[in-house]
Amino acid sequence: MNKILKSSQLMAPGSLVKAPGTLSRRRFVMGAASAMMLASLPFTQSVLAASLRKGLTTLSGKVFDLSIDYQTVNFTGTDVRATVVNQSIPGPLLRWKEGESVTLRVKNNLDVSSSIHWHGIILPADMDGVPGISFEGIEPGETFEYNFTVGQSGTYWYHSHSGFQEQTGMYGAIVIDPKDADPVAYDREYVVMLSDWSDEEPESIYAKLKKQSDYYNFRERTLVDLFDDISANGLVNTWNARSMWNKGRMSDRDISDVTGYTYTYLMNGNTPEKGWQGLFRQGERVRLRFINSAAMTIFDVRIPGLKMTVVASDGQNIQPVSVDEFRIGVAETYDVIVEPEVDNAYCIFAQSIDRTGFTYGSLTSDQALTPLIPPMDPVAVLAHRDMGMNMEGMDHGSMDMAGNGDKAMNMNKAMEGMDHSAMQMDMAGNGDQTMDMNKAMEGMDHSAMQMDMAGNGDKTMNMNKAMEGMDHSAMQMDMNNTSATGLGLAGYGSNNEIKHVSSEFGPQVDMRAASPRSGLSDPGIGLRDHQSLYKRKVLTYADIKGLTPTRDKRQPSREIQLHLTGNMSRYMWSVNGIKFADAAPLELEFGERVRITLVNDTMMTHPMHLHGMWSELETGDPDFIPRKHTVIVQPGSSISYLVTADALGGWAYHCHLLFHMPGMFRKVQVNNA
Amino acid sequence: MNTNPINRYPFIAIALVALVSLASVDMAYGAETDDPLLTKVMIDEFENDLSSNSTTSWGAQAWIGYDLNKFWIKTEGEYSSGDVIDAEVQALYSRAIAPYWDLQMGLRRDLKPSPSRDWAVLGIQGLAPYFFEIDAALYVGKEGRTAVSFSSEYELLITQKLILTPEIEMNFYGQNDPDVGIGSGLSDFGAGLRLRYEIVREFAPYIGVNWSKKFGNTADYARDEGEEDSETQFVVGFRSWF
Repeated sequence: MNKILKSSQLMAPGSLVKAPGTLSRRRFVMGAASAMMLASLPFTQSVLAASLRKGLTTLSGKVFDLSIDYQTVNFTGTDVRATVVNQSIPGPLLRWKEGESVTLRVKNNLDVSSSIHWHGIILPADMDGVPGISFEGIEPGETFEYNFTVGQSGTYWYHSHSGFQEQTGMYGAIVIDPKDADPVAYDREYVVMLSDWSDEEPESIYAKLKKQSDYYNFRERTLVDLFDDISANGLVNTWNARSMWNKGRMSDRDISDVTGYTYTYLMNGNTPEKGWQGLFRQGERVRLRFINSAAMTIFDVRIPGLKMTVVASDGQNIQPVSVDEFRIGVAETYDVIVEPEVDNAYCIFAQSIDRTGFTYGSLTSDQALTPLIPPMDPVAVLAHRDMGMNMEGMDHGSMDMAGNGDKAMNMNKAMEGMDHSAMQMDMAGNGDQTMDMNKAMEGMDHSAMQMDMAGNGDKTMNMNKAMEGMDHSAMQMDMNNTSATGLGLAGYGSNNEIKHVSSEFGPQVDMRAASPRSGLSDPGIGLRDHQSLYKRKVLTYADIKGLTPTRDKRQPSREIQLHLTGNMSRYMWSVNGIKFADAAPLELEFGERVRITLVNDTMMTHPMHLHGMWSELETGDPDFIPRKHTVIVQPGSSISYLVTADALGGWAYHCHLLFHMPGMFRKVQVNNA
Repeated sequence: MNTNPINRYPFIAIALVALVSLASVDMAYGAETDDPLLTKVMIDEFENDLSSNSTTSWGAQAWIGYDLNKFWIKTEGEYSSGDVIDAEVQALYSRAIAPYWDLQMGLRRDLKPSPSRDWAVLGIQGLAPYFFEIDAALYVGKEGRTAVSFSSEYELLITQKLILTPEIEMNFYGQNDPDVGIGSGLSDFGAGLRLRYEIVREFAPYIGVNWSKKFGNTADYARDEGEEDSETQFVVGFRSWF
């Protein structure tokens, strides 16, 4: 039987704090609709604030009864029908224990077929919950029983894998307690589930995007921008800068397909009008388990005034990294530890990648305190690098920066986003400028780079610092004299040439990245300058190393290069130019170790999710390869991960942006040898 | 004089069957079908001439279909004091041939002025570099009649919702057709400038100005009828789609 725990929070063993507001919440737990009714009652905001904020209901144990129902909800002032799990958005938090077998009986009370997929959980193929691949789906009125043994711990989530039901509320958190001692010490924990809500039917949003792909984008370039550019840069420069986009019929303002124009962003089911609230006591280390369960929204998360120590990514423990900000792609999870001080209200601030909206929660020792909500950061404009292009007209085959003095700084700026393959650098005598140089070098690909740092003196240290987290694959290759197969060594990513296959050419594909660069150390569009502008350390994939040693240390036996493709204006999405409906399954042989290199031939950021097997992201350390289930592929960039095909059967593999998924999808078939 | 109903209905039927058969129907998979059957109706121009209040003109399109294959209808015309002066309808099969281009083929009927004229159509519609929307077509009619039309439009965003749209349109004919007032060569050229405000994406009222001029024999035929060979209209109208 389900055991219903505290409604507002998770408590770690040893924590004796009772959540304020729990009593009242018990009565008001029925969802946003009742909360909205209550909002009109004549109580002051401060009295009701805590009870109006919804927490998550936790179910723990081994057997779970879940029901999928329609429910009327009200997030925006309008009653709308949602699809929900156990009468709430998000659905109940499921708390499992590593090593135990769980049974989940899911009853579908909808008029249409439904399903629940356990995102990031390693389980038998027929338990994965993907209609048409794992099983036939759960028909109206039917109950499907999922049974599997939980072999992992960490933060995960579940959601419908049928139609577009995910956007209408079918998602919830999963927390799995480790069977051994948790390597992460903390006194209190909260799940922070981010999502996006629209009163529009998802099918209607999809249809609108097909009819006018920029329907939700009210940040297109205008005449005002043009005049601003001309006055700032002159007519000729403006024309040159614009011509690439205009010739290509591309918009540099196309960050998100669906925006805050229709979405209300939620934190644990709370709108930004209310905000979510988490309480803590003096001296506590608080573990925040962030889950992005949005349909289409990538979030950038920070807590002004608090350093976050990232301790897990996609449920898997990593070597702790201290950051000020991180991007969380749709379906990714990050666990962070914060150590807040009492008598303060901190704002957990999650802004959408396109800055059209945000959601927030407060982390406070006193429920009467309200946090200061920061303004959203400026929206980014896409650059040529996001089209997978080198800066035109610049040859970096050999660069000499010696004695550049002040000029080095400008150079640095220009160097952002370039490919420095085979570049030689002589930095002798740069003096203070070297530091800026270092900065600019973050996030670059220095394959085959030679550096002469003689005479840099103290600055060499900074140089080294800057080199952390770079892709030095080719350097390693030289040292190791390459592996027998000619593939890049495990842990360092691909060495292979980027090839556009013939199926990538046609009306279904509007762009192919000419020279994609590694997205490994790219914080992503809109975050790249946060270090220099605000001194915020932004997490990149290059920062992520597994906490425990790599389990499968074999070299990849082959590499599969997949291109993420689309036609934005027709709103078509595909892999290698072939949409799911027309694609043959991707065949893997049971037990093989392969590298998958994803090349993003679009200007969108795609979070790619492989079911059933880990995506072992090659972040530069073969001994501590982190395991992920969802990997962001930056615009116009590539990224590589290793997969051990240790799970027989058919699996889904797709972009987790809900409206990209129907086309940008592959079935992966793992066959016995 | 519509005594010659051409066999466009079988063509339409074939086109529709082709469209439906091209549909991917694996709804059973873990995702929505990527390519649902959709329809879009676009009233690009529906406007009144402010100088002569009785004249209303329209330009509209509609399609039903899928990402790459659509059945497309286009119509434009003008009526004045309750009488349709000018009316043209096209029924086309539209197939995507490039990322930004659709090849369109089908039939066009000029209902007014009388007598009506029928044409086979081969056209191209899409977005050219620098964001110029293009619609160009070649027409072949009976008795050796041929024609070419070309129109282009550009959307200049003053703000996100206030949009200035210059457009040009021109028609060429292969031979004289005095019954309907058309001369060979460049027959007419029009330029328009419309300023619309998108209250919502789907609905935008606008004001605008149109200038048009007839050339060659077409101009002569117009003068013979006592009409001007060029005119300037100030218009108010709306643009809508759903």
